[in-house]
Amino acid sequence: MKEITVEEIISAVENLCIEANYNLGSDIMVGFQQALKVERSPLGQEVLERLIENAEIAKEERVPMCQDTGMAVLFVSIGQDLHVVGGGLTEAINEGVRRGYDKGYLRKSVVKDPFDRVNTGDNTPAVIHYDIVPGDELRLIAAPKGFGSENMGGLKMCKPSEGLEGAMQFVVDTVDRAGGNPCPPIIVGVGVGGTMEKATFLAKKGLLREVGKHNSEERLAKIEEELLDRINGLGIGPQGFGGVTTALAVNLEVYPTHIAGMPVAVNIGCHATRHKEIVLQGRDA
Amino acid sequence: MNGIIRIEAPLTQEKLRFLKVGDNVLINGVIYTGRDAAHKKMVESLERGEELPFDVQDQIIYFVGPTPAKEGQVIGSAGPTTSGRMDAYSPKLISRGLTGMIGKGLRSPEVIEAMKKHGAIYFGAIGGAGALIAKRIVSAEVIAYPELGPEAVRRLVVKDFPVMVIIDHEGNNLYDLGKAQYRRV
Repeated sequence: MKEITVEEIISAVENLCIEANYNLGSDIMVGFQQALKVERSPLGQEVLERLIENAEIAKEERVPMCQDTGMAVLFVSIGQDLHVVGGGLTEAINEGVRRGYDKGYLRKSVVKDPFDRVNTGDNTPAVIHYDIVPGDELRLIAAPKGFGSENMGGLKMCKPSEGLEGAMQFVVDTVDRAGGNPCPPIIVGVGVGGTMEKATFLAKKGLLREVGKHNSEERLAKIEEELLDRINGLGIGPQGFGGVTTALAVNLEVYPTHIAGMPVAVNIGCHATRHKEIVLQGRDA
Repeated sequence: MNGIIRIEAPLTQEKLRFLKVGDNVLINGVIYTGRDAAHKKMVESLERGEELPFDVQDQIIYFVGPTPAKEGQVIGSAGPTTSGRMDAYSPKLISRGLTGMIGKGLRSPEVIEAMKKHGAIYFGAIGGAGALIAKRIVSAEVIAYPELGPEAVRRLVVKDFPVMVIIDHEGNNLYDLGKAQYRRV
């Protein structure tokens, strides 16, 4: 059995929230560069150049790349042989978010109640997904999510008879309806299978995958490629100004499902799809 | 791409008639910020017969909720938010004389009708380019609803603030035109 203190967790989460908002992933920067080579729309080219410039300013001056610094979404994988000491894990994660959003000058965008809509003032609570895994490490992924893109996602409980084509059409239609709202070029997370909530979780998880990295299963990678081609044929383009770069990637995740169903979820990430990860080692108890 | 046009706020009817869909525009002068909560409050004030926190006649509202300013900064990152959430409120402000809106994303037919009827422009700023855009804001001052934090109404002075005409006063819409040009489905 190993141990980890809540102080270490708080400090790690604080740092992840700030870094995710200041440093755009190099995979997306590469995606912008590649898009510049194929984009035919002059307005689209202009937008891509400005996005590269924006990410560089954010990194160099250590400021948020976007004013929507998101609701903090945390993916936590905790080794079953690791013991958290000094307090509660959930409270430690929220404390890390609180400190990160304060010290990093990040916007506090969370309201306490969806109906009353009073700001909590510190961007907590986070949305936390836990996973228990073998081993004695703690893996933390912070994925602050802006709502310009989050609002444009969708779920359809497809009939099995709709098949792969029905699922793909729903994905393409969802992106088409979103237009310029989610700040294209976007990353499209797609989750198929499981139950209603499992499909949406898989779609979100798809957004954590590096741009340019396909699903390791070849048949799924092919579906990703076809979806990306169809989405980039919609004409929406960077910022919706028209063009051939609507999405940089489509990341598909699947799970076994029930004989009677085929849930399909789409989670759209903007061009500033942020995620930073750290693995913390426990010490001998 | 059309050439670059510099305009000075306030945006009068005379000036806005020269702006066409797809124009690259650099705005100079005073603009105001407002997003969901501020729009709701402003429209509620109008319904109660009260004054708005600023006279919207010939003014431009930027849909933005910036991050907190670091020491030495005028304002934090300040890119546009999704305009569609203001669709319920914009026609009322346009009918009171508002002539410009800056945001990102689609607008409703009701907003576009009001723009055509009263004369107004919908500009797009680059969504998600908050760090870059902040550099064109010279000063920022909260003038109403400070309790709303990032959603408070601010008076901004901007210099060469880069926007694109998305929808002009005749209702021509870059989102429709651009998409149609590159669509292959």
